[in-house]
Amino acid sequence: MREPTIFELSSTGRTGVTFQEPDVPLTELPQEFARVNFPFPEISELGVVRHFTKLSQKNYAIDLGFYPLGSCTMKYNPKINESTARYPGFAATHPLQPEDTVQGNLYLMYTLQNWLAEIGGFADATLAPAAGAQGELVGTMIIAKYHKDHGDLKRTRILIPDSAHGTNPASSAMLGFDPIQLPSDERGNVDLKALAELCDDTLAGIMFTNPNTLGLFDENTAEVIRIVHEAGGLVYGDGANMNALLGVFKPGDCGIDVMHYNLHKTFSTPHGGGGPGSGPVMVCEKLVDYLPDPHVVITSPGDEETPPTYGFARPEKSIGRVKAFHGHFGMLVRAFTYIAMLGQEGLRDIAEKAVLNANYLQAKLKGTFTLPYQRSCMHEFVLEGYWKDVPDVHALDIAKRLMDYDFHPPTNYFPLIVHEALMIEPTETESIETLDRFVDAMLKIAEEARTQPELLKNAPHNTPVKRADELKAAKDLIFCCYPAGEWEKK
Amino acid sequence: MFTPHTHADVEAMLKTIGVEKVEDLFKVVPEKNRFPDLNLPQPLSEMQAATELDSIASANATTRDFISFLGAGAYQHYIPAAVDNLLQRGEFYTAYTPYQPEISQGTLQAIFEFQSLVSLLTGMDVSNASHYDGATAAAEAVILAYNNFRGKRAKVLLSRAINPQYREVIRGYMQANDAIRIVGDDPETGIEPNLKNLIDQIDLETCLVMVQYPDFFGRIIDYKPLIEAAHAQGALVAVVANPTALALLTPPGEIGADIVVGEGQPLGIPLSYGGPYLGFFAVKNTLLRKISGRLVGETVDTQGELAYVLTLTAREQHIRREKASSNICSNQGLMTLAATIYMTLLGKTGFQQVANLCYQNAHYTAKAVQEVPGFQLPFKSTPFFHEFVVLADENVPELLAHLQDHGILGGYDLGKDYPELEGCLLMAVTEMISREDTDYLTDVLSEVEHA
Repeated sequence: MREPTIFELSSTGRTGVTFQEPDVPLTELPQEFARVNFPFPEISELGVVRHFTKLSQKNYAIDLGFYPLGSCTMKYNPKINESTARYPGFAATHPLQPEDTVQGNLYLMYTLQNWLAEIGGFADATLAPAAGAQGELVGTMIIAKYHKDHGDLKRTRILIPDSAHGTNPASSAMLGFDPIQLPSDERGNVDLKALAELCDDTLAGIMFTNPNTLGLFDENTAEVIRIVHEAGGLVYGDGANMNALLGVFKPGDCGIDVMHYNLHKTFSTPHGGGGPGSGPVMVCEKLVDYLPDPHVVITSPGDEETPPTYGFARPEKSIGRVKAFHGHFGMLVRAFTYIAMLGQEGLRDIAEKAVLNANYLQAKLKGTFTLPYQRSCMHEFVLEGYWKDVPDVHALDIAKRLMDYDFHPPTNYFPLIVHEALMIEPTETESIETLDRFVDAMLKIAEEARTQPELLKNAPHNTPVKRADELKAAKDLIFCCYPAGEWEKK
Repeated sequence: MFTPHTHADVEAMLKTIGVEKVEDLFKVVPEKNRFPDLNLPQPLSEMQAATELDSIASANATTRDFISFLGAGAYQHYIPAAVDNLLQRGEFYTAYTPYQPEISQGTLQAIFEFQSLVSLLTGMDVSNASHYDGATAAAEAVILAYNNFRGKRAKVLLSRAINPQYREVIRGYMQANDAIRIVGDDPETGIEPNLKNLIDQIDLETCLVMVQYPDFFGRIIDYKPLIEAAHAQGALVAVVANPTALALLTPPGEIGADIVVGEGQPLGIPLSYGGPYLGFFAVKNTLLRKISGRLVGETVDTQGELAYVLTLTAREQHIRREKASSNICSNQGLMTLAATIYMTLLGKTGFQQVANLCYQNAHYTAKAVQEVPGFQLPFKSTPFFHEFVVLADENVPELLAHLQDHGILGGYDLGKDYPELEGCLLMAVTEMISREDTDYLTDVLSEVEHA
């Protein structure tokens, strides 16, 4: 049943949470600035609570079920993270407090910088970026500034494999780079021949996702890095898929120069229905001075009796500030909690189980669905959601039908290099029973595609709403609801 | 702990896959780099982690331990209990981006309501689903304006009374664009409330004029003449607004702003040492298709039932790739939900009460401070909302240290960003500052004078 909007629920004179009246002598607001019309909703507290509770029940979520969403790493978000991030000692600190009053925060940030650098094999890290895409932006800013500082002004091209994440081209374009698409070879690796041809003195770098969005670890990783470095380019690692490599491989050890993580993927901070994310960026030694402002350092080493003192410092050649204050601190507390509970063995266990789960699903599904790259996968893999004998059934139909079996669909139509792609990432937190139920649903759907294709074409059947008319939304352009009378005024 | 695999599960799965051991799945990783050592501390149990984090948090002194007059872009407000209670529903915070509308109507309707409330609050036609924070929303406004004129107008005028961090982020975002000129925030143009020097610089090269409302110093300035002057030259105007103030003040949309952005943290989001917060972003209809970030629109499903979807996605990075105006993907989903719940819960009455408490308490405090010998209000002839500038006879860092010793975070030292305001302090007063807090502040300030 449709839940009314907050304006439909509003009744003049009703109040939710109210406040005391001022107890100080009153000052009049100058009339010329006073707001005349303020038609905000008027709903009781219970009315508001029921409204948002009902809305929550129209969502799918990790706490309700399985999200095999490729490249999104929808793992369980431990409840302890939610608890620690809300400790008043963290949550009630103002970002501009004097450093001597926030030594706990600064210690946590300093330690997390080091942990994240250590896990990836880098020299240092910044916690400032607000999301993965902003991490990419920071990474490309660092690459741009590095070349500029070296007088290398010709370097305007960034290579982006066709199996990379969708944000890569847009991120590099924001820095004025020319993104050049780099093809994959028949095994899903970067095409080395094409790479060598594109490497010259106009090359700024490559944005290299490894494992790539096919879920494949590039078999020529060392070679790709060597070729780019020899041409004078830098290697950006898109660390969105790091869940496969925790404790398994340090990208920095292999020569990746700069890389971001998505804390909301790899390090278990919640997706929140589309954010907030957090996208720390790690760099190798020669790029440390370019990190954004602010960066946490030890300002006084302390001794046996006094602990070190921490503070902010702007790196010497810093690319500057990319966001107000110090990054998504609340997300940093969550990631810190997670890493503190896992340690080296726990992190490696995450990667191993994530890869085990993916290979298990791949093995179970590849007979029924076409697997375009016949290799052992990492944390995810890509199937074709299409059969030649039922050409009217598409990946979208399979995705929508999965909802009827109470699963979130896989990522579909991405990566673009696989026809009718279904990109499946189970994550390490799912049990074999859940994976088997998912396999059963997928096999059942493959059967339905032949016997009752309309079940797929019209799916989903059991969800709060059915397939939505997206063309109508793009034509009508209704982005707001208003209190009665307000819309007419506009 | 977080992986449910029993030994038997692993054996069964390996058999299905056709390998002997889990390590075999990683043979593709170069052997010399495979399974490196990680120099990390020994893992903690949940109980140990809770204790450890508690001890780290306890090494801070917070705005609850102090009487805090810090603002300058982040504000201490009371957050009603229902906000966080609802936010902690797993159906909300463990959900993914609502790309699948059939199973995301909760998130989508909440964002649609957020867009509606932001539009109403700012007096604009359309709001997007958020940016990372106020500063990046301001940077996106500059990108929008620059693209709007296809690079033919390359001058951006920023008021010097915009939050210095926002101006720095704008310059950071535009660092690769050699054509764009970002000017107007120099000491010569200055911070006079009559804006004459800024208005004089508006010309046919100008794509955007950006001001803050109330400005960084808390002042409420009449921007109508500036907006008229900008429009006369064909330039767009963006206003960085404080959302709490807009419950009392004429919204920027009603005085002709083309873009309104701002920091949504005051709307029920904890200070949390600077993030995650929420950037709001609203425009007039004419700029609708130029807006970056996610937009939720209304439509119907195959049964004719009302439904919400992410729409106009062809503008965004995953479709338009390098031609997209912004690379934003994740935004502040859960923070928009917090703001939506907060604004709905307070509603018309509660929201105006909060804004009025801020206004009244701030004016009481300002008057009390200026009565203390040695302290003045340099901008006292200009109206202000809940922040104001205090000029002290004292050295500001020493004054702040003295106040801190007495349990007060006195405010923000403006001399750091504004050489012309050496000796000045920016103080914020919200509903969280009681009359007694202010009286205690003036007692301590009086002692400074007598010391």
